[in-house]
Amino acid sequence: MTALEASRAVRSIRHRLAVRRRVVTLALLALLALAFAAALYLGDYAVPPGAVVRALLSPVTGMVDKGVDFIVLNVRLPRALLAMLTGMSFALSGITFQTLLRNPLASPDIIGISHGASAAAVFCIIVLGLSGLAVSLGALLGAVLTALTIYVLSWRGGITAYRVVLIGIGMAAMMSAVMSYLFTRARLFEVQQALGWLVGSLNASRSDDVFAMACALVVLLPATALLVRALDAMQLGDDTAIALGARIEAARLGLIVVAVAYAAFATAAVGPVSFVAFVAGPIARSLLAGSGKGFTQAAIVGALVMLGSDLVAQHALPIVQLPVGVVTGVFGAGFLLWLLVVSNRAGRVN
Amino acid sequence: MPAASASAVTTRGAVLTLGLLGLVAAVTLVAVLSITVGARPIAPDTVWSALTAFDPAATEHRIIWDLRLPRTIMGLVVGAALGLSGAVLQGATRNPLADPAILGIHSGAALFVVLGVAVFGLTQLNLYVWLAFIGAGGAMLVVYAVASLGREGATPIKLALAGAAVTAALQSVTSAILLTSPRTLDEIRFWQVGSLAGRDIAIVVQVAPFLAIGMVLALATGRLLDGLSMGEDVARSLGQDVARLRAIAGLAAVILAGAATAAAGPIAFVGLTVPHVARAVTGPNYRWILPYSMLLAPILLLGADVVGRVIAPPGEVQVGIVTAFLGAPVFIALVRRRKLASL
Repeated sequence: MTALEASRAVRSIRHRLAVRRRVVTLALLALLALAFAAALYLGDYAVPPGAVVRALLSPVTGMVDKGVDFIVLNVRLPRALLAMLTGMSFALSGITFQTLLRNPLASPDIIGISHGASAAAVFCIIVLGLSGLAVSLGALLGAVLTALTIYVLSWRGGITAYRVVLIGIGMAAMMSAVMSYLFTRARLFEVQQALGWLVGSLNASRSDDVFAMACALVVLLPATALLVRALDAMQLGDDTAIALGARIEAARLGLIVVAVAYAAFATAAVGPVSFVAFVAGPIARSLLAGSGKGFTQAAIVGALVMLGSDLVAQHALPIVQLPVGVVTGVFGAGFLLWLLVVSNRAGRVN
Repeated sequence: MPAASASAVTTRGAVLTLGLLGLVAAVTLVAVLSITVGARPIAPDTVWSALTAFDPAATEHRIIWDLRLPRTIMGLVVGAALGLSGAVLQGATRNPLADPAILGIHSGAALFVVLGVAVFGLTQLNLYVWLAFIGAGGAMLVVYAVASLGREGATPIKLALAGAAVTAALQSVTSAILLTSPRTLDEIRFWQVGSLAGRDIAIVVQVAPFLAIGMVLALATGRLLDGLSMGEDVARSLGQDVARLRAIAGLAAVILAGAATAAAGPIAFVGLTVPHVARAVTGPNYRWILPYSMLLAPILLLGADVVGRVIAPPGEVQVGIVTAFLGAPVFIALVRRRKLASL
């Protein structure tokens, strides 16, 4: 093969990968748009599509029908937006941990961040008797404190991924022991309330939550985009990355902070919705089949899983409204298992 | 030079063998503590007379035979099973995060017990054992089946992902049931913590055959796991059937962890962390890691159980909670102090 042919072959492969990446991204976006439209349209109170559009435009054009406008703008829109924003956050948190630690099992669920948030929330509910926003703030504080503790404990003249994970596991075990202890000591009513929070739900979505989430993402998304470029070098392993001149320590610290912030804000808003963080990265990567790191796609997948799960949770059963966390487990797991079954190329899922 | 390195290997082997003997002594000590310490302190000579000359009329003798002894045996076998199954799984999947909980064993067991309580109204521990065992086995089977589909078979990464996916799905169903059935939640919140208390000797007898088979299988894989730890290609070039090794190791792990979970409830942490401690002592050699894990885990579990009995009188704190609370700081300190051998 001449050099020219070789470079042509490389170029054609690159081209094919770029096409694949674009197709996957567009298809995911189209699905997300569809789910978003469905979330605004579906509900107990029937609103025709035209009225939905009018209601969405009503802040500009002025009110048409007060009742419809309220349902669309103050009930369905915040809920759908919160689902997408938190789904994105969980997904980005998960894929950052997975990439950073080069382990598909590493996600905020496993290395203790969610456990910290959950234990704090359960403490707020059972011991302090709090509810609503106070519990969310408690969870946020719990997540940040846990992450900080893990980082401080892992620091010994530097951070190794392996040590972070192991210490995270230790913290996770302690936090879930706290929860178990509170569960066995509390009254059944309080346990039920705490369990409801732990499963995660969008039933109480408010515009304030959407605003807080959006503010967090405005800061976090650009930071992620910058830091992810450093990840490219890290993927090759620490030694190679150092040899290539990447500022490993700074980038790693930054990424951990960003990933924790994503998980902390999303958990505070909707509870530790199981599995979105874990599942989005592998799904995005197996769809991409090696044509990208998949951060953007994972974020869209996360939003899609969350929004889709919430649609199922709201409308699957005629009488009961399930909390979204019950569905993400089943929905996300089904998606991932299906991908595992259909993808039979070695090294495709990683 | 070869002679020198051979003697170094022999010395190391001797040191590790001594270490094993030390651990056996420690296990014995913890077992003795577990029989003597409790809400009602019993003097050592009474313990001795209870064991050698049992008098059914003496309350203290009855306490020892009906409560303390079954509980101690339970702690020993469940601990050993959890430690071994964690070590085998980590070796077979070459993932330091692999443990019985991640591969769906706990969530399968929990779902079946919850179903038994919610649908059939079962409330007896003896029945939980079978439900939990079936659930654990079923979950692991699904995980394994999904992971083995496709051309390259059950690779570690597919096992881990399938395990986590199945775990999440099962947990979702479990929480859906618990959210809608307060009665079940009330019954299950105590089982779910993991405890050695209140198990009579019948439960030990029920799970003993499974544990024995699982332990033999697990210990037999040690040499093969060493080959695998150098990489799949190396293992293959050494003439190993990697797929079969994984199947055997997986089977051993599910039997051990399934039986342990059936007997004591889902006890997290032990299976995940004890192998890391063992690895820190022995180095990356599974012929040593497996027996060390098997002896270290009961020390942790039974030790935690003894502490749980006296820490909050007049009540008890369940062993699952104490294990994490005592074990985690020790584990974190170890992780910080030593450079743990990675997989």
